[in-house]
Amino acid sequence: MSNLVQTRAVKTAPAPVWMRSNALAFALFLFFAIAPALAQLGAEGYLLSLVMRVMIFAIAAMSLDLILGYGALVSFGHAVFMGFGAYSVGILMSHRITDFFVQLLVALGVSALFALIAGAISLRTKGVYFIMITLAFGQMAYFFMISLGAYGGDDGLTLRMQSQVFGQDLLGHGYTLYYVIFAAMVGVYFLLRMIVGSRFGRVLRGTRENPVRMEAIGFHPYRYQLAAYVIAGTICGLSGFLLANQTEFVAPAFMTWQRSGELIVMVVLGGMGTLHGAIIGAAAFILLEEALYRITEDWKLIFGPMLVLVALFARGGILGFFRRRK
Amino acid sequence: MSPILRLENLRKNYGALAVTDDVSLDIVPGELHAIIGPNGAGKTTLIHQISGSAASDSGRILFEGEDVTALPMHARVKRGLARSFQITSIIPGFTARENVALAVQSREGSSFRFFGDPSREDVLNEGAMHYLAIAGLVERADVIAGQMSHGEKRQLELAIALATKPKLLLLDEPLAGTGHEESERVVQTLLGLKGRYTIVLIEHDMEAVFALADRVSVLVYGRIIATGAPAEVRANEEVRRAYLGEEEIA
Repeated sequence: MSNLVQTRAVKTAPAPVWMRSNALAFALFLFFAIAPALAQLGAEGYLLSLVMRVMIFAIAAMSLDLILGYGALVSFGHAVFMGFGAYSVGILMSHRITDFFVQLLVALGVSALFALIAGAISLRTKGVYFIMITLAFGQMAYFFMISLGAYGGDDGLTLRMQSQVFGQDLLGHGYTLYYVIFAAMVGVYFLLRMIVGSRFGRVLRGTRENPVRMEAIGFHPYRYQLAAYVIAGTICGLSGFLLANQTEFVAPAFMTWQRSGELIVMVVLGGMGTLHGAIIGAAAFILLEEALYRITEDWKLIFGPMLVLVALFARGGILGFFRRRK
Repeated sequence: MSPILRLENLRKNYGALAVTDDVSLDIVPGELHAIIGPNGAGKTTLIHQISGSAASDSGRILFEGEDVTALPMHARVKRGLARSFQITSIIPGFTARENVALAVQSREGSSFRFFGDPSREDVLNEGAMHYLAIAGLVERADVIAGQMSHGEKRQLELAIALATKPKLLLLDEPLAGTGHEESERVVQTLLGLKGRYTIVLIEHDMEAVFALADRVSVLVYGRIIATGAPAEVRANEEVRRAYLGEEEIA
């Protein structure tokens, strides 16, 4: 028996989880790595900020994929964490606390704390009620930021500068911000890849498929879902921190429920439960938005039917579509 | 011998209907106790109450002398109360091995580990293979559970339940929907478990029940009308009346 197990274990031993992530992800990263060089061929400033935006939203979408794709938790308030991350930069900056690391720590901490509180309450409900309650938390936070007149209220805050690293304006130099965002995206990808492949991830994926079975083998799904919710919220806070530095502006519009909806669209569009699908979805969404906006201001009139077609004919999103073609 | 499981005046109503009506029952360690009864007698509800997936309206459930009536299902599982489901409940997207490994993981160390690859952990894989072997599924370890045959899924569910290292196994119609050969295999597996585990078995297949059970309880309209050795129960007048026109007792 044990002999059999051992020979099998040798034969089927898979590569470590972080290596198993497929070539597509590496191709994506390669593209983002050399994008600044390509951007020089065109309107550099515009193209770079567009790609940075794609990468920032890719981080947010990947964090949502952890709970939506791997946990089957449809959170309709995920943009809130982006908002908290961004406002952490904005508010600290307005108090002349400009340090990169302090701001980053606060952004992650505030996001984690809010995720813990909102998650602890929302996860007591299921299905439509979970969607409703995450939406409610999102709107609460949104109107709270609007009511903060000292920090710009509805109009938002313009940042006096980008986050300072040891008192130096490093992010403002050349491609530094670009590659900080790039590194964050790649880091988040591998971190999440590791988490979904771990013992914890296995429990999360099992709970997605059959929560009753998980309880019947002694797991309390709530604890694992809450942990995933906090991880996702914290990472999304990171994307907000980066977004504030990229736009040098923060506003309540960062955390509207429409934005939360867009994050869901990105994940579904790219392909749920794959992580790199979230990157593809974020890129597709933002690039389509840009391209269609050039055709008409009412770009959503074209975008809407496209989403309908994806939902109807490309289950599994863009990734799923290509996987079936193979 | 003190009972491993004691039900005291257990009740459950759905509206005006008493599904579990003042059930008291002792399960002694090591026995295979079958609960039989006509359709709608409340057998599955009783299993739900014992396992913790349905709350009881009144009465108490004592497991190893401790009151577990208020505990949720996962906490009862941790104490050694495992169950299978009448409608097969597995994780369809996982392989057979992963299904069982997950149950092993539930009792082996923490699942709040965010690093490392559980599919390379010997303690999980070898544990899983051990229970797959008991269920006769070693050859099928790498098959996606959702693609297995119905009979294999039933066997897999048994392996999953065993992997939680239960002190008491609650089996809800393990033969439901299986063909003749498949049910033969399940019965053989259960015979192998008999004596090593305390088992409460709900089953429609009378042939299997009388071949397996040490004691039998008959549940009719939520009440236990007889408990005893298979031969006694078979001879019981009241049981015969309850089953008249339902189905012949072996």
